[in-house]
Amino acid sequence: MTAFEPSDITMMVVDDEQSVRQSLEAWFQDDGYTVLTAENAAEALKRLQSAQIDIILLDIKMPGMDGLALQDRIREFNKDVIIIIITAFGTVDTAVRALKAGAFDYTTKPVDPDELSLIVRNAVDRIRLERENAALKESLDHLQYIDDIVGESVQMQKVFELVRTVAPTESNVLILGESGTGKELIARAIHMNSKRKYFPIIPVNCGAIPETLLESELFGHEKGAFTGAQYRRKGKLEMARGGTLFLDEIGTLGLKQQVDLLRVIEDREFHRVGGERSVKADFRLICATNTDLSKAVHEGGFREDLFYRINVFTITLPALRERKSDIPLLAEHFLRRHATAMNRKVEHFSSEAMELLQQYDWPGNVRELVNAVERAVVINATGTIGADDLPLQMIRAPRPVHSDSSLAEVERRHIQHMLESNGWNISRTAEKLSIDRATLYHKIEKYGLKRPE
Amino acid sequence: MHNIRLIPLGARPRDVSFDQLCRDIEMIIPVRITQQDLPSDIDFALDASRKQYHSTELLARLLMTNPEGVHKIVGITPYDLFVPVLTFVFGQAQLNNRAAVFSTFRLHNEFYGLPHSSEQLDSRCLKEALHEIGHTYGLRHCIERPCVMNSSTYVEDIDLKPADFCLTCRAHIQSLF
Ligand SMILES: [Zn+2]
Ligand SMILES: [Zn+2]
Repeated sequence: MTAFEPSDITMMVVDDEQSVRQSLEAWFQDDGYTVLTAENAAEALKRLQSAQIDIILLDIKMPGMDGLALQDRIREFNKDVIIIIITAFGTVDTAVRALKAGAFDYTTKPVDPDELSLIVRNAVDRIRLERENAALKESLDHLQYIDDIVGESVQMQKVFELVRTVAPTESNVLILGESGTGKELIARAIHMNSKRKYFPIIPVNCGAIPETLLESELFGHEKGAFTGAQYRRKGKLEMARGGTLFLDEIGTLGLKQQVDLLRVIEDREFHRVGGERSVKADFRLICATNTDLSKAVHEGGFREDLFYRINVFTITLPALRERKSDIPLLAEHFLRRHATAMNRKVEHFSSEAMELLQQYDWPGNVRELVNAVERAVVINATGTIGADDLPLQMIRAPRPVHSDSSLAEVERRHIQHMLESNGWNISRTAEKLSIDRATLYHKIEKYGLKRPE
Repeated sequence: MHNIRLIPLGARPRDVSFDQLCRDIEMIIPVRITQQDLPSDIDFALDASRKQYHSTELLARLLMTNPEGVHKIVGITPYDLFVPVLTFVFGQAQLNNRAAVFSTFRLHNEFYGLPHSSEQLDSRCLKEALHEIGHTYGLRHCIERPCVMNSSTYVEDIDLKPADFCLTCRAHIQSLF
């Protein structure tokens, strides 16, 4: 993202105290900036004549010409230079006058390191924007694959195509899919293939955080912002700076948080809870949900304006049962991974086990498959995963003899499944099916179902 | 092989395993760490009104110890550190020089009102140590990618970065050995 090096930015620290000049010089040198110092107004003006200076940190109270007067003189030389005022505690009104006279921002001594770095980052951003006339667009002609996204099915190829299309853009993305389909992996794939890849992707599971805590979790808070806020805390929005914010289970967001989020998306800035200073929002937003958001919009549980903001580009992940052709590939992939991680020599699935994996409906999707394979690797003793190594509900799942899905066939399979899962107890099965025992006997006879020996 | 001396300043930070820390650093960069057992007295650097220790003065004192055959000197202290213009610093190092110091004061979860986590404390200590050592080898803050040389003004920033150097920073350090 950075089109130039920090050393391309020259700062000047103007302060009459040597220890202040030295600490700030060292602090900014660690960040890689080029740093000059001046101990009074005359020296500062001399340096301005001989060097191209981008940012000036100016102590407002100095003997001789004070900071305010110096600021005016500097403006005569250089209209573009960014001036940040450093003021002693208690002279804030002077700082406000300096702001009115065109200072970029101000901070009070002793300076909070985080506040200082925030101000300087904002200043550097402004310089960057000014310098970046021609945006450097990184060409992304091939996708960086995330290891666990596996699939050769038509459905997954379509998903990859969408990821490839949207990743290099800055579009907000909404990922839809049942739980366990790998929505976070897709979000990571988009991030990894975007120009934000060197910055973090910050995932937040909105559904897992109590609504009362979510605000400070997202926006951060200042010390004393509310009872119990003894310490300042950085929010996820701020941590995602430069990178991607991934909001999972966006459908669970309360209406108040929806308003807050909408405002951030529109204003591109926000405040920490209890904070005065606005923080620039610099993240790409990816949201995910397993609920029907448009229905929620219709019913008033989700704001329509927010829905359109987050749903600029939609990627729908197929359920695993809709892409059963990928199951062998996925199963082998997770088998290799778990066998390596657990240092076990398990290399194959028996054909019977693989058949079971492909027949099962996987209500928990890929996550359930991962768990099943992991469990199988743990309990397997032979080196080849057999049917016995798989979870019981899969072994018991109805095994279609042929792929007939006529109503009669569906009924037959369902009754057989219910009988098996109730241990062929006729009364209990009849009750579960909401039919009487006589009808159940009749159906058993009709479909030729047999109790296993 | 470069020798780095780890010196406890003022007191040994509680809950921090020095042996573990040394081993972890040695796993990541090819150096040998030796420890000094007795904590050095640092009252001279205390600013009584701020109840903090002046880290630049600690660096000067570390340099004066000048242990033989040692390339870098790293001080570790349980006390809060500052430089005059800032409210606090996690640590300070001489860029491309011998001495560095860091504090565990703000690395404890308890400081933020959270329950103790030795796992988090260990990992934060390791990252701070590597970060300050990186500065002594001439590295500046790394902004391009995940790296222990990313700058941190918040403990959350420390948690977010890896306990390792990115390829560019690693290449720089290795070119010096
Ligand atoms: Zn640093
Ligand atoms: Zn680096």
